[in-house]
Amino acid sequence: MTTDTRNPKPSASRLDLGSIRERLACSRGQDYWRCLDELADSEEFHKLLKQEFPQQTAGWNGVSRRDFLRLMGASLALAGLNACGKAAPVDKKIVPYVNQPEEIVPGKPLFFATAFPMSGAGTGVLVESHEGRPTKIEGNPNHPASLGATDAFAQASILTLYDPDRSQVLRNAGRISTWNAFLTAINDDLEAERVIGGGGLRILTETVTSPTLANQLRQLLARFPNAKWHQYEPVNSDNVYAGARLAFAADVNTIYRFDNAEAILSLDADFLFSGPANLRYARDFADKRRVRQGKIGMNRLYAIETMPSVTGSMADHRVALRPTEIPNFAAAIASKLGLSLQSTADPGHAQWIDALVSDLQKHRGASVVVAGEQQPPGVHALAHAMNQALDNVGKTVIYTDPIQASPVAQLASLRELVNDIENGLVRILLMLGGNPVYTAPVDLGFAERLARVPLRIHSGLYEDETSAYCHWHIPATHYLESWSDIRAYDGTVTIQQPLIAPLYSGKSAHEVLAAVAGKAGEASYDTVRNYWRGQKIAGDFEIAWRRALHDGVVAGTAFQPKLVKLKAPSSDWLAASISASETQKQKAETRNAKSEPPNSLEISFRPDPTLFDGRFANNGWLQELPKPLTKLTWDNAALISPKTAERLGLSYQIGARGGEHGRIFVDVVEIRYEGRSLRAPAWILPGHADDCVTLHLGYGRTRAGKVGNGSGFNAYAIRTASAPNNGAGAAIRKIGAQYTLACTQFHHSMEGRDLVRAATLEDYRKNPGFAQHEHTHESERSLYPGFKYEGYAWGMAIDVNACTGCNACVVACQAENNIAVVGKTEVTRGREMHWLRIDRYYKGSPENPQTYHQPVPCMHCENAPCELVCPVGATNHSAEGLNDMVYNRCVGTRYCSNNCPYKVRRFNFFDYSDFETPSLKPLRNPDVTVRSRGVMEKCTYCVQRINVGKIEAEKENRQVRDGEIQTACQAACPTQAIVFGDINNREAAVAKLKADSLNYGLLTELNTKPRTTYLAKLKNPNPEITTAATNGIRTTK
Amino acid sequence: MESEQLNKSPEIEGVPPVIEPGHTFASVTDKISAIVLAQRTPRFWYIGFGLSFILVLVLLFGIAYLLTLGVGVWGINVPVAWGFAIVNFVWWIGIGHAGTLISAILLLLRQKWRQSINRFAEAMTLFAVACAGLFPLLHLGRPWYAYWLFPYPSTMGIQPQFRSPLVWDVFAVSTYFTISFLFWYMGLIPDLATMRDQARRRFARFAYGILAMGWRGSAIHWHRYEMAYLLMAGLATPLVVSVHTVVSFDFAVGLLPGWHSTIFPPYFVAGAIYSGFAMVLTLAIPLRKLYGLEDFITLRHLKNMGEVMLATGLIVAYGYLMETFMAWYSGNIYEQYMLWNRMFGPYWYMYWALILFNILVSQVLWFRAVRTNVVALFVIAICVNIGMWLERYVIVVVSLSRDFLPSSWGMYSATVWDYAIFTGSIGLFVCLLFLFIRVLPMISIFEMRELVHEEAEET
Repeated sequence: MTTDTRNPKPSASRLDLGSIRERLACSRGQDYWRCLDELADSEEFHKLLKQEFPQQTAGWNGVSRRDFLRLMGASLALAGLNACGKAAPVDKKIVPYVNQPEEIVPGKPLFFATAFPMSGAGTGVLVESHEGRPTKIEGNPNHPASLGATDAFAQASILTLYDPDRSQVLRNAGRISTWNAFLTAINDDLEAERVIGGGGLRILTETVTSPTLANQLRQLLARFPNAKWHQYEPVNSDNVYAGARLAFAADVNTIYRFDNAEAILSLDADFLFSGPANLRYARDFADKRRVRQGKIGMNRLYAIETMPSVTGSMADHRVALRPTEIPNFAAAIASKLGLSLQSTADPGHAQWIDALVSDLQKHRGASVVVAGEQQPPGVHALAHAMNQALDNVGKTVIYTDPIQASPVAQLASLRELVNDIENGLVRILLMLGGNPVYTAPVDLGFAERLARVPLRIHSGLYEDETSAYCHWHIPATHYLESWSDIRAYDGTVTIQQPLIAPLYSGKSAHEVLAAVAGKAGEASYDTVRNYWRGQKIAGDFEIAWRRALHDGVVAGTAFQPKLVKLKAPSSDWLAASISASETQKQKAETRNAKSEPPNSLEISFRPDPTLFDGRFANNGWLQELPKPLTKLTWDNAALISPKTAERLGLSYQIGARGGEHGRIFVDVVEIRYEGRSLRAPAWILPGHADDCVTLHLGYGRTRAGKVGNGSGFNAYAIRTASAPNNGAGAAIRKIGAQYTLACTQFHHSMEGRDLVRAATLEDYRKNPGFAQHEHTHESERSLYPGFKYEGYAWGMAIDVNACTGCNACVVACQAENNIAVVGKTEVTRGREMHWLRIDRYYKGSPENPQTYHQPVPCMHCENAPCELVCPVGATNHSAEGLNDMVYNRCVGTRYCSNNCPYKVRRFNFFDYSDFETPSLKPLRNPDVTVRSRGVMEKCTYCVQRINVGKIEAEKENRQVRDGEIQTACQAACPTQAIVFGDINNREAAVAKLKADSLNYGLLTELNTKPRTTYLAKLKNPNPEITTAATNGIRTTK
Repeated sequence: MESEQLNKSPEIEGVPPVIEPGHTFASVTDKISAIVLAQRTPRFWYIGFGLSFILVLVLLFGIAYLLTLGVGVWGINVPVAWGFAIVNFVWWIGIGHAGTLISAILLLLRQKWRQSINRFAEAMTLFAVACAGLFPLLHLGRPWYAYWLFPYPSTMGIQPQFRSPLVWDVFAVSTYFTISFLFWYMGLIPDLATMRDQARRRFARFAYGILAMGWRGSAIHWHRYEMAYLLMAGLATPLVVSVHTVVSFDFAVGLLPGWHSTIFPPYFVAGAIYSGFAMVLTLAIPLRKLYGLEDFITLRHLKNMGEVMLATGLIVAYGYLMETFMAWYSGNIYEQYMLWNRMFGPYWYMYWALILFNILVSQVLWFRAVRTNVVALFVIAICVNIGMWLERYVIVVVSLSRDFLPSSWGMYSATVWDYAIFTGSIGLFVCLLFLFIRVLPMISIFEMRELVHEEAEET
């Protein structure tokens, strides 16, 4: 059997055996008996039994048919019981609780603390559980990386748990197999390896911060001393660690304290959106920008970047540079800050740099220079040196030990693995998670190399591109299904506890490693718990363990600041990156001179803002989530600047159906880079650096699942190990074809309407009421007396100044309110269902515009235009000021949507909700109706949450406390830009915000009296920088 | 009266008569009833009926597809949540205006020239309103709950929301349909009796006999009949104004730029009469030719209808002008943008085509030569039919596509199912008309006889 499993083409007799196994695994109920009758005496069956139950084979020969049936009957009965815990339909009688389990009250959710893992780092979350099924992710306020917030990925991870396309069975060479068969099969190979110290054993993981998993790996390496552990993720921190090693000759983790920073320089760092601490950083950053009565002061953000990012859109000053220009630019700033570096070339923007440097120096000890993950190590080292020179270390910049258990250079690690395979050294490759066949740099030829490994095992959530190349595929458990632990950006450990038993026959990484280490059957729970029992924890372990589970953090595990000594800054730091890019550029230019027209561009690879590196490709919520700046859904695109597009003759065309709210036809280009080529739709992105193209990773999957297959193009196809992030020498050619992209908002301009009201801090100081416009209808008379809202009056205030456009609220809303996914075609027709959308507007020149994000939920107008026109009274006003939607009553005239000036209403043009897929049923929020065809829907201010809050308050005979009821969007928001509450309560946060001079309503001139209002946007430009060209906004002098 | 004077001296004035001279009671009766009873069904009838019936099948298929999958099969979306369905609804209702106007208002005004065209104009009204009525029903997300728009004694104690113009629509359109139907049927009764008397075949005699409700043509019958007909005309008259006024409220009550306008009621009514007369002309011109009815539907009728079209067309043009003026004069950026968008936005061609078909083309009607030229009138009528459809498209779709928040601007374009149901509704309309001319007298026999009598008395 073991030799056989490696043969992808099984021989005829094997096929027989396989089919029997398959039949056994597939059939249930009465089929079994007939099968067994037929099978009991066959020779193959004896063989199979030997394989499955080695311990029973000894006494088997003498067993009578009657005994056999008895034995199997018992095990089948147990197998039936096993099915009870799963989502699969149960055709047996079920018995309700005789004794109600403690704490479980039907209809009342429980919350459990765990952590959402992303590239190894954890974000603490609280998971809402309804009678044992998790339905919604919330942030854990106790967790340093969350502070109660979550990002879009964490919100959407609940959908991955219930994804019907998840891998459900263990497979051997594509055929269904069992865990025991796997254990038996690899046993001999492992034994053989043990003799030679594991010389042929390789383990490839993603980034590991889990102390338990690291401990298991270390134990395994002790058992197999010659084995190697590799780590690889396509989006990794290689540059960050390499930069730290350049600067300090040590592995160092950097933590920024934006809550202390007045002046921030971002060198292509998207710290508000990506990275393990983005939620925390966004919160700290936004808190320093809040201008309220009494506190007038803002931090100032300078951003240098290639592709407009969420962080760049929040910047007070932004310069768009090509990737090769950034190191130079950084060096110029550094030398102005007094570091002895000779800048190789004049980067331009002299005035800008001078103003920046003087601003940074003005805020010594209260400034931050932060470099992005995609920047070369030299830039990181320079950033460390600049922070040192600005006296920021220990104040706004803190160094600790690395959170990764083993901070290896991941690309080098993968390269080593590939070389070992090439040299025939690898006999067993165990891949725990990850999808290297899809994500590995294309020039490593990983897939072809992988095929040479004699035994390939992959464990993952999906049967993906890598599984297809492996002998064994083991379904992995979702993080909500198993025990583990994980570190946050500052080292804080969270014990991850499961919310539900594995839906399918998944095995966690802990279980797989335990099996390899010869401890098959050890449960993840025991592994994790035993590890922590071994740690020195003050006090009683049981109490500490329960405390840690309850709080979602293990107390005292955050790393202490570490003293590191900076090496003398040296020009060599940058030499590597600059010269590399220069030679690349020259190489490309010479090549271009020969064959191609002179249109050499730089190229830059970035994780996708919604699919990341491709791991979320089968997540419909994330696929349909409009990307923060492009507002594209279901596709990635080659992003280029308007000027470059003009030069290359690229354009777009707005489709007649859907139009700007849906269908955009764009030119397809062929991108040639390093001898490989790729076809991609070109998208013109205002604010992108000229002569450069940005490609987002994560699309073009072939084995992602029904949702993810075939969307977008695969940027990995031209991503090489020599330039995984940025490179020069790409050539772009228009090929004359067109491609349809689904874009939810193509219109860029506000058309001179005061939808987002913005001013500089200076202007605000002079005129704090700038956001108050003359046309208000306060004095307007009505024939009817106004309604008096005597009890609660719900309202919302959204701080446009704090909103980064990160999309967390949009997915949170989708998860909370059972909002359907409609698919690309329907989005191109302008029919996406998001109740909350984030409008993006530009102002200024397309080269470097100001960007505004404006979340738009239902305004809950007091004079709601929608209510007036509904012929059946399906939308009504509540006594608390909510604009309620009665789905049952709606006949679907859509008149309300036409009459809504904010266009927040969404219509079920088809039967969008999935009523069929069994695994999606437990996902739904039981407190919210799942809407069917022909019905209008829209934001309800999470009325189900309001009612829970009111019931609780009524039980205790009190008013609802401020902040007690949080809408889903509000709870998810990292910057606390959304505030909801009772505006009749003068002490409520929302009432105070509405009294602020920055508060304004959208389209109030229509006399709709919206309950949702906005706080105007403020920018804090440096008065010394006046060049409109570089920053796009007017400054007052 | 002016018309009487004209009748007295047709040759001198150069105005054609309302009925060609030389007709007797018998010739009128024979000529009109023979089309149904005696003549062989002409070949063009089979062809026309066959083609329109194919379109009816398209309509049925389109409706089945729509009901199976949902209104998503159309091109509608957010922001343009209303598309062809509402455009067609308003268009058909507009067409349905001519019948009642001709029957009721012109009756009260004693315009004799109405008598040869009122019957099929009324039939046309009925069929147009039937086609119109399809659309509000089909455009619902859940059409099976359409009865919720009626105030029936619901066990849930829920009534329609009477502030909504859609509820007003339900009453306006259903009342209009009922009155139009009764008016048409009443007008038919003496003729049905004639048909009963003329029919040879048993079944026809039986059927017409049932429908004639025992009409014997006694003096008391005639006396009561005339009274009832006049009263009915009095009832129907306000409806001509009210239906399209209420339909225009669907838009005027909304706050969308391009909808929110006080000019809509009169401008919609004028537009409706405009398109109604255009449709009457569109049908009358081929019919009189094919059935040789030039004696009854004379150039006089065509000329008069041309004049009504010219007048109502000018009112419509005034409406457009005022819309443009008010958009500028209001100083409201949304209104101004709405107009700019109509003229130069992505749907600019719709607007300019509308101006061409609805305003410019009909200006040639100032010339007498055009008003008496059958071919020219037919072409103009077709243009106005198209123009009025475009007007509704511009109002419904173009206004919705770009409203207040530029972030939500989008576009609409019709799908094959939009076209299937639209052309299918035209097929239904034509098919019903073919059935009508096949089984009922398309010109009022008794009123023509009256005309003959009056002509004889005058000369």
